[in-house]
Amino acid sequence: MWVRIGFVLVAISSGVMVFVYAMAWLLIPMEGDTGNIYSRAIGDRRGIRTVAAILVPLLIAVQFITSSLHVPFVGFVGWPTFLALGIIVLIWRNAGESEKAFIDDDVMPLLGTGTQGKGRRWLVARVGVGLLVGAVGIAVLVRGHTTVAALQPVGGAVLVIAAAVVIFGPWWLTLVRDLIAERQARALAEERAQMAAHVHDSVLQTLALIQRSSDDPQQVVRLARAQERELRAWLFEGRPPGAIGGDATMLAEGVGLLQRQVEADHGIAVQVVLVGDCPLDDALRALLDAAREATVNAAKWSGADQVSIFAEVESDTVMLYVRDRGRGFDPEAVPEGRQGIAQSIRARVARFGGMAVVRSAPGEGAEVQLSVPRRERVK
Amino acid sequence: MTDGAAGAPGPAGPAGPRLRIFLVEDHAVFRAGVRAELGDAVEVVGEADEATAAIELIGERLPDVVLLDVHLPGGGGHAVLRGVLPQHPGVQFLALSVSDAPEDVIDVIRAGARGYITKTISGPELLQAVFRVAAGDAVFSPRLAGFVLDAFAQVGAPAPGLDPELDQLSPREREVLRLIARGYTYKEVGRDLNISAKTVESHVSSVLRKLQLSTRHELTRWATDRRLV
Repeated sequence: MWVRIGFVLVAISSGVMVFVYAMAWLLIPMEGDTGNIYSRAIGDRRGIRTVAAILVPLLIAVQFITSSLHVPFVGFVGWPTFLALGIIVLIWRNAGESEKAFIDDDVMPLLGTGTQGKGRRWLVARVGVGLLVGAVGIAVLVRGHTTVAALQPVGGAVLVIAAAVVIFGPWWLTLVRDLIAERQARALAEERAQMAAHVHDSVLQTLALIQRSSDDPQQVVRLARAQERELRAWLFEGRPPGAIGGDATMLAEGVGLLQRQVEADHGIAVQVVLVGDCPLDDALRALLDAAREATVNAAKWSGADQVSIFAEVESDTVMLYVRDRGRGFDPEAVPEGRQGIAQSIRARVARFGGMAVVRSAPGEGAEVQLSVPRRERVK
Repeated sequence: MTDGAAGAPGPAGPAGPRLRIFLVEDHAVFRAGVRAELGDAVEVVGEADEATAAIELIGERLPDVVLLDVHLPGGGGHAVLRGVLPQHPGVQFLALSVSDAPEDVIDVIRAGARGYITKTISGPELLQAVFRVAAGDAVFSPRLAGFVLDAFAQVGAPAPGLDPELDQLSPREREVLRLIARGYTYKEVGRDLNISAKTVESHVSSVLRKLQLSTRHELTRWATDRRLV
């Protein structure tokens, strides 16, 4: 309580400090029991020593500067300001356990990195140099006022700032470094969590499914294959796993999507070879739809365990071949249903000025050749 | 999923002593799998799971064909190629990997491998590829054919001072590669183009030679570009 009252008095004595007081007041209730803070603040010898060690030289420096500049107002404001600052530091120091941990991490480096002799010697040297530079600065400032040289006060101010940097610089650096380290640690943790979620959604789920369907080898192969594709897409192409589907913007993505969908839905291996790549437009989407139709047909009818897709992007057309080594058929004498499908493949690409040719013979497998012209031409 | 070596069905190994095979592969499970698939048709004379040991053992046992994993501890497959081929040019290498990364594949081919297949290849296809490589032919899986087409696709005039013969694919070679990329076997390619399977093989070998000997700047750049994507 006494701390607060004294603080209020100090604050009232200088209008500026009302603001600072408000800040401190905002901080105190957060930490809870004020009496505790007070008693701890009184008992905190190290804190008082720290505050004194920082504030007294600063105060003397400021008084020197103000008196040499003949600005009594600054001095008048200065005293309560420094007193208030000291009190704030003490309150802050003794606030709460969590706060204390934070302060220990960040203020202790200022006190010479704790117990390490080397650090303490380094601190002494640092403060010594700082004080020396500061003293020279002040001396120059004082002399600068009595002589006429206009540059000297400026030089003095620079020296004082340099002193502050030398004394407090490492502390600031530590603060910044800790902040960066903390941020990195958080990013890493988030990434881990995200990865765990992905692995759970995809790999672990699939493994569970595989265990449950261990009596159906074909299903196991299908699941494993789909999972492999997905994992590969995630690891090497940065596509998030979990869902097959989504929108492709490039031909390669579109073909990859087609491949994964057919493999997942029909349990057949789809081998893709792609030469070149280009952005998808309506014609190419139609080409992909037709290719999907052809691939699904092969999966359903050919009896082969693999379908090959080869696509090549040329300067004015895109060619796509869907080939299987299945039982094949005679394109001239196909059953009603498949004729319709061939028509739908043909009609899809024909709308965009493309072509579809089916090559097959019984026992020879089948190949659907598709092509559409490119609208935006390259070269 | 079989990224098969295109070729005539059925292993056509030379009569007489069995082919001597060496496996370089860092996964013990996969080595065992390959051994099982090769079966009695060939003799596996050794195995290694990293590059340094592989270079030493291959030099010692001089196998006919080395099945070489593209990704290896101790420098990757191309380190083995560079360690063995200068001293023992007679040893043939067939690269295989699960990785579909084109730059790695082009890398081992340029280092001297005679072909590339993926690890998901079926047993008979694997055997056939091994025999083909042992006979000095190139083994192009559809995927490798695609990579090569892609790598040579960025045409433009060859830079002065380079051998234009080495830096471009002929139209015929392009046709052959396209058909292989579409999943055709050498025999099917030959039938489609009205040439013999032997001619197809010579085209493919010529492409392999160009791939290995071309100093074309674009080949390196293509691989680098791919790596960055």
